[in-house]
Order: sequence, then structure tokens, then C-alpha cells
Amino acid sequence: MSTDDRALFDYLLRLADSDLVLAQRLGEWVGKGPVLEEDIALTNVGLDLIGQARLWYAYATEVEARFAGAARTEDQLAFLRDGGDYRNLQLVEQPNGSYADTMARQFYFDQWHLRVLHALTSSRDPRVAEIAAKAVKEVAYHAERSADWVVRLGDGTEVSHARMQAALDDLWPYTGEMFAVDAIEQVLIDAGVAADVQALHASWRDGVAALCVDATLTVPAGEWMQGGRNRGGKQGVHTEHLGHLLAEMQFLQRAYPGATW
Amino acid sequence: MVTAEQRAIAATARAAEAPRAVDPAMARDEGLARAQAWAALATIPDPEIPAISIVELGIVRDVRVEDGVLAVDITPTYSGCPATDVILHSITAALAEAGYPGARVVSKLSPPWTTDWIAPEGRRRLAAYGIAPPGAAAARIDVSGISPRRRPAVPVPCPRCASTRTRLLAQFGSTACKALYRCDACLEPFDYFKPH
Repeated sequence: MSTDDRALFDYLLRLADSDLVLAQRLGEWVGKGPVLEEDIALTNVGLDLIGQARLWYAYATEVEARFAGAARTEDQLAFLRDGGDYRNLQLVEQPNGSYADTMARQFYFDQWHLRVLHALTSSRDPRVAEIAAKAVKEVAYHAERSADWVVRLGDGTEVSHARMQAALDDLWPYTGEMFAVDAIEQVLIDAGVAADVQALHASWRDGVAALCVDATLTVPAGEWMQGGRNRGGKQGVHTEHLGHLLAEMQFLQRAYPGATW
Repeated sequence: MVTAEQRAIAATARAAEAPRAVDPAMARDEGLARAQAWAALATIPDPEIPAISIVELGIVRDVRVEDGVLAVDITPTYSGCPATDVILHSITAALAEAGYPGARVVSKLSPPWTTDWIAPEGRRRLAAYGIAPPGAAAARIDVSGISPRRRPAVPVPCPRCASTRTRLLAQFGSTACKALYRCDACLEPFDYFKPH
């Protein structure tokens, strides 16, 4: 089943890369959080995501060994791939911006992530199912937290409301990609391995809409989406921001190959 | 399809690879070895919450004798928990000290760790240490009803004065597994071990 293994490898990178890139973004807040509790919370969420990324990468290396004979290590996957080989959603590579921007990005992602992991707990691939069962419990807390902030800022002051609304509007065009299915995902959905994201779209939209009501915000209306026609982050097409993020994240391994703690 | 011959070859290979039984007591009495191992593991404090042992935390899932050596199944609490590597090291060190060097530690993800596995004694120790012990873990993850306006408020009693007039300050405290609360009765902040 080498064809399926190649698809599975790519799919595992999609899951892992989105976790890792978002964790790197959250790490940029270290020492700059608006209050100490937030600084700590952001990095704890980032830490969960790095832990999950490692579980996906570890499995990806085993799958790569099955079809390629030799496999790269977790670290090689994280630190020695260029932007075009990264499979993360474009949403998660967007810059931190204001706290409203960071929370809007987190909110859209958490609502998607929670549903995807929940679906993956019944994946026919037992390893995928057990990683998802572990991760979904952590992400349930991430989702509560980002929802809290969207309500707090949306239903806050005039300024916080305006900023939260602008952040939701600005990031909205990056959400379509989360529910787009290409040939790689379709193969795995048919095999009962991957989450059928199209089936999760309505639930995600309802969740976002319900929260916007509580937050006195308006669900963005635009239909136009980045990365349409399956030419987005999952296919290795990224916005200009990913390259800068990787330059910082990968610097040490690029400058000092094989360096260890 | 694995043939009997392949199984025999694999068994021989395993036997050749496996270190020899290091303690004759283990060969005589596996039950004793397991009991001594559990006792040794019960002395290992959690690196981040030293008031409670890794056994009380529910991290140790199984101890058995395999090919003459001890095998210990553990499960990580959170996937990104930085204490995991320290715990692995502490286990092999404690078992070696108890007379069982070369123990195999296997990390298992399934079933995923839950705070429901924290023993009653562990919960008492957490509270005495100033950390409110976790309530019952959610039976299932609810993907809807994520809004703070629709979420049922679960009272978290203050570990100092037992008042339930407490409120959430931050969903993450000093570690990923704890939330930060404040007691409105005694005005002290405290950590809450989140149900997980």
C-alpha cells in the first residue's frame, strides 16, 4: 500500500506542520504577553501543540521509512525542510498582530482543530486514533480559552470590539482552506483514515456563528478564500510570512548542522 | 501470515537480545519483583508537582516481567509535558537502585491519561500542597457549547478555606495541567488541577 503510505505521510505533515508553525507563532509572545497570565497561557498552548506535532512527526518518520526505505528524523522534518515542503494551513503562519489578531487566528483554528481531532479519534488507523484521543483533550481547553477571549474582546469596549471584528474579518479568507479536500485527503477519507473536513464545515460555521452572537460580533460574509482550488498551505503554497518564520525557527540547525543541546 | 518457524526465529532473536535476568529473585518470584518495583516507583515524585508520586498521578499503567527484565508501561499526562523525559530517567534509576537494572520503560498513548486516575490519597496530598484536586473528567468532548456564556460553571473549592466563591483567572497556570483561580473569600490565588 505504498500509494496510501505516501498520502498518509503528507497528511501527517499537514497535521504536524500546522501545530508546529502555530506553536512557533505563540512562542513569539514570550515575554511580551499583555499580562503575565496570558504570557504563560500562550506558551502552554504552544507547548501542547509542539507535543502533538512531535507525536505526528514521529509517526510520519515511520510511515516514510515504509515507502522510502530511509526516513528523516523528527528534527530533520522540522528544521531542514523549506517553506515549499511545509504543509501547514496558511492561517497559522499569519503574524501575531494585536492580541485580537492572535485570538481570532487561535479561535478559527481551535474550532477546526477540535472537530478534526474529534473525528480522528475514530480513524481506522489506530495510531492516528490514539494520537487524536490524546490531543483532543488538550485542544478542548485551547478552544475554551480562545472562545473566552473572543467574547471578552468582542463584548468589551468600543475599541476592543472594533479590533476583534477587524481581526475576524482579516483572517476570514484563510478559513476556507481548512475545509478543502484534495486528492491526497480524499484517498484517506475514503479509507476511513482522515477526517472528512467537508462534513465538519457546517458544525464549524455554526460554532463560530453562535460564539459571534455571544461576543456581539458579526460573522464575516466574504466568500473569497485564499488558497482556493487546492493551491494553499496544504499543497505547499504559502504566504510571504512562512519564510520569515522558518528563517528564525531553523536558523540554528542551518548555521550549525547537527547541533544538539 | 506469520509461520511457526518465523515465530521461533523471532523468539530466539528476542532471547539473544534480552539482557539476562539481573536478579535471581525475579526468576523465582515475579510477583515479588512486581511488588518491589511498584514500591520503588511509588517513591518517585512528579518533577513538577513533587507533593504527589508518579504512581498516585496515574502515570504508571503496568509493571511486568518480560524475558527476565522488568517492563514498565507509562503514559504521558500532556503530549508536550516537559517532565516526561525526567520521569523516564527517574524510573530506570529508581528501579536500578531497588535491584532491577536495565528495566524497559514503554510509553503508551492509549488509553489516554485522565485525571480520574489520580488516587484519593494523591488528591488529598494535592489539596494539602495548595492545589485544588481535579473534578471528574468530561465523559466526552463537547464540540458545541464552547462559549463561556453557555458553559456550565463547575464550582472549584479553594484548597485553603474550602469556599466555593472562587473564579477562574487563567485557563493555564504554572503548568499546562493547571488553571489559575482566585478565592473571593480568602482572596488567595491558587492552582486548580484541571479535569482532563
